[in-house]
Amino acid sequence: MGMTITEKILAAHAGKESVRPGDNIWVDVDVLMTHDVCGPGTFAIFKKQFGENAKVWDRDKVVIIPDHFIFTKDTHANRNIDILRQFVKEQSLPHYFDVGTDRYKGVCHLALAQEGFNRPGDVLFGTDSHTSTSGAFGMFSTGIGNTDAAFILGTGKLWVKVPESMCFEFTGTFPEHVMAKDVILSVIGDIGVDGATYRAMEWRGDAVMSLSMEERMTLCNMAIEAGGKNGIIEADEVTTDYVKQRTDAPYKIYKSDDDAQYFFKKNYNASEMEPVVAKPHSPDNKAKVSDCTDVKLDRAYIGSCTGGKLTDFMAAARLLKGKKVKIDTFIVPATREVEQDLHKEKIGGETLVDIFKNAGAYLGDPSCAACLGGPQDTFGRAKDNQVVISTTNRNFPGRMGSKQSHVYLASPYTAAASALTGHITNPAEFIYN
Amino acid sequence: MNKVIEGMAYVLGNDVDTDQIIPAEHLVYSLSDPEERKNYGKFAMSGVPAEQAGLPEGKIPFTENGQSESKYTIIIGGRNFGCGSSREHAPACMEIAGVRAVVAESYARIFYRNSVDGGFFIPFECVTRMVEEIKTGDDLIIDLNASTLTNRSSNKTYELKSLGEVIEIIEAGNIFEYARKTGMIPSA
Repeated sequence: MGMTITEKILAAHAGKESVRPGDNIWVDVDVLMTHDVCGPGTFAIFKKQFGENAKVWDRDKVVIIPDHFIFTKDTHANRNIDILRQFVKEQSLPHYFDVGTDRYKGVCHLALAQEGFNRPGDVLFGTDSHTSTSGAFGMFSTGIGNTDAAFILGTGKLWVKVPESMCFEFTGTFPEHVMAKDVILSVIGDIGVDGATYRAMEWRGDAVMSLSMEERMTLCNMAIEAGGKNGIIEADEVTTDYVKQRTDAPYKIYKSDDDAQYFFKKNYNASEMEPVVAKPHSPDNKAKVSDCTDVKLDRAYIGSCTGGKLTDFMAAARLLKGKKVKIDTFIVPATREVEQDLHKEKIGGETLVDIFKNAGAYLGDPSCAACLGGPQDTFGRAKDNQVVISTTNRNFPGRMGSKQSHVYLASPYTAAASALTGHITNPAEFIYN
Repeated sequence: MNKVIEGMAYVLGNDVDTDQIIPAEHLVYSLSDPEERKNYGKFAMSGVPAEQAGLPEGKIPFTENGQSESKYTIIIGGRNFGCGSSREHAPACMEIAGVRAVVAESYARIFYRNSVDGGFFIPFECVTRMVEEIKTGDDLIIDLNASTLTNRSSNKTYELKSLGEVIEIIEAGNIFEYARKTGMIPSA
């Protein structure tokens, strides 16, 4: 009997010929990523369990990317960055991207891709639930807590229950005004916030394979919002072109067998997809944008690992060019590289930065920023009972700051169109007119 | 391992996410400093919307007057308990507040794993939904041998699902002790 791509990667990392869903196995880890929120706790557990002077299992496989609470006066948050620095120094870790230096990157999930740590066939764990993003590169990646991360630091291994796989196949062509964010919000709406719990979400079909790496990352990023253990897309030429530009490290391409077993299979006609939002306060609270046009907004937020990549800002800029926003609009590039691209990339001779500034939007520094609320002085943090349209990934109560706020999750196209009108707006109105 | 867990119930609904359990602005405190970590107990469950906090009535704070410990030590939840972020601060803040067990219909994967591997408390799954059966403040006793939950306030007993394959990690204390027992890492 055949295996899925997820099963094949896990089997290879457990030194086994084959595995089945439900098997508990120990896997060898290729990359462990942590950041400023979970790094300090992870390092404390590592030292407690393996000794004050213990060394990590492999310096070259540990990646530390501060990104959550960066541009803040919060003394505890800044102290946590110092703890990262101290550990990196003690362990002589080469892959650290320090705040306030040229090496600073920003949001870890995009930084992992841009710095060449996402490689097909690898197993990557991170102390962040959106670590599922890396699955866009045909690798197994998932989020873990401090304890599991500390275990990996000491041993290079972790136990994994092999997940059942769910297959989401999209055939045909996505409409121009539909983005990967609409696709993932639609699927989460279909299966619910626990519809993929303990399972792999495998994306297939010609429509999926026509997407750029950044759009594929958006699909895998929000697997966790359906409870998924991982999201995954087989690597192809689009993947290897991206990877080869970023690293010389070897990789291995795995593909699902034709007779692989899936817990669930659903085929979608890509051309029938529509722009959607997730209404407050759950990512599965799906509604068509066209059914929400009476929702008045106080602000728009475009950023995060989900919606703060260059593709996302190209989409937003396309609609904002030459126009003025009607509501406060916050632009937060995920990483420094994206920020630099905003200064380089142009639409009609105008840089994206100029398009956003001339439209009246506010630009922030690369970090997770208000996606998860954060300290009180966080850029774009939701206040009072504001109604926000956001390209981020979660609209739980209080997620973006104020417990009274209301967050609608949407694509960058929809967020930009809505920023121009002050109410939820179908981007088709701007794209085709 | 104690074979009985007794305590007062604190009842929550479905999809209690980790931002509700511990809002992100509080994730800055040290989990290892004995004084600083008390902040996690103080802010545990502080993101739960008031009407959902302590069902069926609601508006019952989990901890009071800046205290770091709660009088409620058994949490009753609905579906998908602990969804959202991978922050281990979520099960940790509950343990710091004194929680010894959670009984929910189902769990989000990372939260469940963190609870077991970190040895914070035991995450039980109930056979039938408990949220409407138990009121916040009810006096509960969990019998691990019999795999049952008894509500001493209503004199009703409910079946719990077997802890299954994770029982070995729970009995060892956490993933490190389990790995030492099985010889995977050397004994300290």
